[in-house]
Amino acid sequence: MEFLVKVIVFLPLIACLIAGFAGRAIGDRGAQWVTTLGLLVSAVLSWIVFFKVGFEGAGGTFRVATWIVSDTFESAWSLRVDTLTAVMLIVVTTVSAMVHLYSIGYMAEDPGIPRFMSYLSLFTFAMLMLVTADNLVQLFFGWEGVGLASYLLIGYWYERPSANAAAIKAFIVNRVGDFGFALGIFAVYMLTGSVQLDAIFKAGPELAAMNFEFLGVQVPALTTICILLFIGACGKSAQIGLHTWLPDAMEGPTPVSALIHAATMVTAGIFMVARLSPLFELSQTALAVVTVVGASTAFFAATIGLTQWDIKRVVAYSTCSQLGYMFFACGVGAYGAAIFHLMTHAFFKALLFLGSGSVIHAMHHEQDMRHMGGLKDKIPQTHWLMWIGTLSLAGIGIPLILGHGIGFAGFHSKDIILEAAYGAHSGVGFYAFWLGIAGAFMTAFYSCRLMFLTFFGRPHDHHHYEQAHESPPVMLIPLYVLALGAVVAGFAGYNIFVGDGWEGFWRGSIAMEGSREALHHAHEVPWLVKVLPLVMGVAGIAVAWWFYVGSRANLPQMMANAFPALYQLSYRKWYFDELYDFLFVRPALWIGGQFWKKGDVGIIDGVGPNGLAAGAARMSRILGRVQSGYLYHYAFAMLIGVALLVTWYMLSRGQ
Amino acid sequence: MDGLHNWTLAAPEIFLAAAAMILLMIGVYRGERGADLVSSLCVASLGIAIFLVLRLEHGTAYHELFLVDAFTKMMKVLSLLAAGIAIVMSRSYFVLVGVWRFEFPVLVLLATLGMLVMISANDLMTLYLGLEMQSLALYVTAAFQRDSERSTEAGLKYFVLSSVASGMLLYGASLVYGFAGTTSFPGLARGFLAGDVATGAIIGLVFVLAGLVFKISAVPFHMWTPDVYEGAPTPVTALFSVAPKIAAMSLIVSVVMGPFRPLLAQWQQILVAVAVLSTIWGAIAALRQENIKRLMAYSSIANMGYVVLGLAAGTEEGVRSVVIYMIIYLAMNVGTFAVILSMRRKGVMVERISDLSGLAQRQPMMALALLLFMFSMAGIPPLAGFFAKLNVFLAAINAGLYVAATIAVLASVVGAYYYVRIVKVMYFDDPAEAFDRPVERDMAVVMLATALFVFPVFPVFQAPFMNGAQAAAKTFFSGR
Repeated sequence: MEFLVKVIVFLPLIACLIAGFAGRAIGDRGAQWVTTLGLLVSAVLSWIVFFKVGFEGAGGTFRVATWIVSDTFESAWSLRVDTLTAVMLIVVTTVSAMVHLYSIGYMAEDPGIPRFMSYLSLFTFAMLMLVTADNLVQLFFGWEGVGLASYLLIGYWYERPSANAAAIKAFIVNRVGDFGFALGIFAVYMLTGSVQLDAIFKAGPELAAMNFEFLGVQVPALTTICILLFIGACGKSAQIGLHTWLPDAMEGPTPVSALIHAATMVTAGIFMVARLSPLFELSQTALAVVTVVGASTAFFAATIGLTQWDIKRVVAYSTCSQLGYMFFACGVGAYGAAIFHLMTHAFFKALLFLGSGSVIHAMHHEQDMRHMGGLKDKIPQTHWLMWIGTLSLAGIGIPLILGHGIGFAGFHSKDIILEAAYGAHSGVGFYAFWLGIAGAFMTAFYSCRLMFLTFFGRPHDHHHYEQAHESPPVMLIPLYVLALGAVVAGFAGYNIFVGDGWEGFWRGSIAMEGSREALHHAHEVPWLVKVLPLVMGVAGIAVAWWFYVGSRANLPQMMANAFPALYQLSYRKWYFDELYDFLFVRPALWIGGQFWKKGDVGIIDGVGPNGLAAGAARMSRILGRVQSGYLYHYAFAMLIGVALLVTWYMLSRGQ
Repeated sequence: MDGLHNWTLAAPEIFLAAAAMILLMIGVYRGERGADLVSSLCVASLGIAIFLVLRLEHGTAYHELFLVDAFTKMMKVLSLLAAGIAIVMSRSYFVLVGVWRFEFPVLVLLATLGMLVMISANDLMTLYLGLEMQSLALYVTAAFQRDSERSTEAGLKYFVLSSVASGMLLYGASLVYGFAGTTSFPGLARGFLAGDVATGAIIGLVFVLAGLVFKISAVPFHMWTPDVYEGAPTPVTALFSVAPKIAAMSLIVSVVMGPFRPLLAQWQQILVAVAVLSTIWGAIAALRQENIKRLMAYSSIANMGYVVLGLAAGTEEGVRSVVIYMIIYLAMNVGTFAVILSMRRKGVMVERISDLSGLAQRQPMMALALLLFMFSMAGIPPLAGFFAKLNVFLAAINAGLYVAATIAVLASVVGAYYYVRIVKVMYFDDPAEAFDRPVERDMAVVMLATALFVFPVFPVFQAPFMNGAQAAAKTFFSGR
């Protein structure tokens, strides 16, 4: 077991190093195969570990090395494998393996293949470090590692200014979140004297009773810590306020978007909240904050998705919105449901992204949906595979039969989340439920809008249309694998994740008390609540069909004209970028400019280096004039000199 | 002291005197054609003199008028070396301007003899004797290019001002004698140690120092330097910038660390003032110079400032730093002048800094050598010049001269500007017309040897130089 886990974690690192440092030696082919095979092996082993841990309870903590020891601070490097980690392992390695495979085809013409494959493997390693962390510092290490890999991959096409800007933006916005995360870790260590997860959980009840004094105000320690940590989660998982980097991150190659910005890294925030659920459980305030933020994001991101034209941006806002669902699931205590949705989402969202990549590939890197259309006959396989992803995302299924219904993966996981929100019977719970329901409608609408604009109607760009071609098998195979997950993961996983078998499955790796209550209430909700999400989903699809296929009139344009303010709000992404530009970027630039021009150039350079230099030059002119060339001047200077020296000596001796 | 002992201790001086006479005769009889032969023999004589110096025992001769110890031996070797290199470097220049005559090497030989006497002086009388012997020969060399107005002007200026300085020195010496009753260094030291210090003697000391400081061209007795450096024939400038400076510096060290050491408190402030003023003046006045010889004049003013600062510390460490500095200064300066002497275009010497434009593209090795010298003078590690300055500053700081050391460091920053500017001109400006090729073999050898000394020889093999300097410095502190 221990050996298995270590192989899973370190194989990607080894592959990364080989592809990164020996990329020239082994060539593009070699780099592709060494990383892809490494990941495939990791993925297979992960499934073995998943079954062993999930069904046989064979988890444990495996020590790798001593990492940091400083006085009372101790942080070992250990791999903690329980059910939560095992789930994350299969999600990360499976999607990553598929993305590696897909990249062989997608990036075939790129000049930097070994670098790209190496980055992908580096990311995977960091993500595995994150999910296997048994203390907060190691978690933070993985956290920053995936941030680094994300930065490198968003800016992979470094000759594009927009890619560089997006990479920097992702890094900086994440810094804001990381600042909260780091403060949270500091606070935990300060109060408990440990960063080990088990020790912290044990100290949880004491923490709940403690207070911080901050600026003379008493604040509850545990709530503060949880909210600080949650700020970190918000940054990584692109929740409202700190979400601005995610759409821009689409500047990276599409496989990157699928792996990092849909399936794995952005879910690190949810994983963190679930991992620390024993702490969050103790603070109702913190949970309420999580619920409200999550629900708001689910709604807000969905509204933006309605009007975007860039195919990847639509999917990106959809990701943002789905992450909101997962967060409010955590907020109402349904951690298992959150992780369940995390898993199904990873399959169908990676499928959608890679499908989009296939479309983009077919259209010669055209991403604007206005230039697409009618592609369903040109690339039929991609078309049908993307329908599977879309229907899964829209949550289509048949409720109330076979126990809990039957349908696509998203149907099962989204429904249980909404049921849990309703079942919480609290203010924030209903807030989350109704926004979630509205979100479900919009989700169905925008994802079908994407499908109709891309695959139906008349082609808008005949040149690209004529040349469009189906992707090679190396890109289609991953799509089929993910499609399989998008179809069956929900039905197969429902019972163990959130159904009757959940207690034997999770085994204490998430907060059990809260989960028990939340799931119990979720299963007891009225049948209308169970049906409502489906109704909204079907309605969304119908409206989208009517708007983009059925009606002869240009309904979308009419709608935009009828509600210009709402349209602009959505199209302009609620003006977040403009607001941040006004609030932070401009003042920072202004202050920087002041320091530069006035402070540095004006005062420091002006008085310092430049002032002294000018002074030296002036002095030099004066001294040059003294050097007149006349003998008597020189002799005079000597006599004056000796007279001065004697005088000075006499005076100083007199004292 | 028997007569033989006197002869053996002064063997190098006696040999040089005899050699000068003989070579003069050879020159007279061989006429114009004899210049090359005389020049070679002069260099050979200097070489033999070095050999003789190295074999000397320690002691005093001629009733304590003349002293030989580790310090004087070291300084003599340096002076002889500098003089020999100056002769080697002078030939091509004088041939070019048409005054290659046998008198020049012989004059250098005589000046060197004067220097050796100065270095060994153990009495105010010997001191003056050596000083004048050296100066008289040097006046003539400065004006050696008789048909050049600038050369004669330089010679005349040097002669007049040097006479003023000599007058001051003599006046100071008479004051000292008047108040202390002796001119002998050991005698003076005994008197001052006994606490018998008259104000008049101190004033005398100030005058004596003024006369000596003139020779090393430190502020405020430096005014002659730029004019003479620029006007004199370049090989003479090369000679002036090194050999007499070594001798005069050695003399100052002997005077203040010998008879006047008990009066440390009195002369320290004077030397500190001289040092600080020299570093500042040398750094700032050089900023606007366009003529590289004038630039080197200010550079030597600044460099002498640093040396005096090391001496002002008044400690063994200080004297050691002086010796080290002079060794490195010798190498850097000689090398730089070898480059300057190679700056000729179509058979005409050029000496503007702008003439060096783009040298790196035309003559990369020469540019590299000059780069090493300039960076070394600017005090950039790991070149030798850095260690020279480092030792001086450490000595000054350990002696508590914080303010002076700080000012000197700041001045060296200003000074770095004009050294680095030359590098910039060579490496980044558009190439000017190339210099004549090939570079004279003599110059190339000097450049190569000095450049190698600046880096890597000195930085890597510091120990023997440090030990030698240490031994030289020790003589003042372990009793002579």
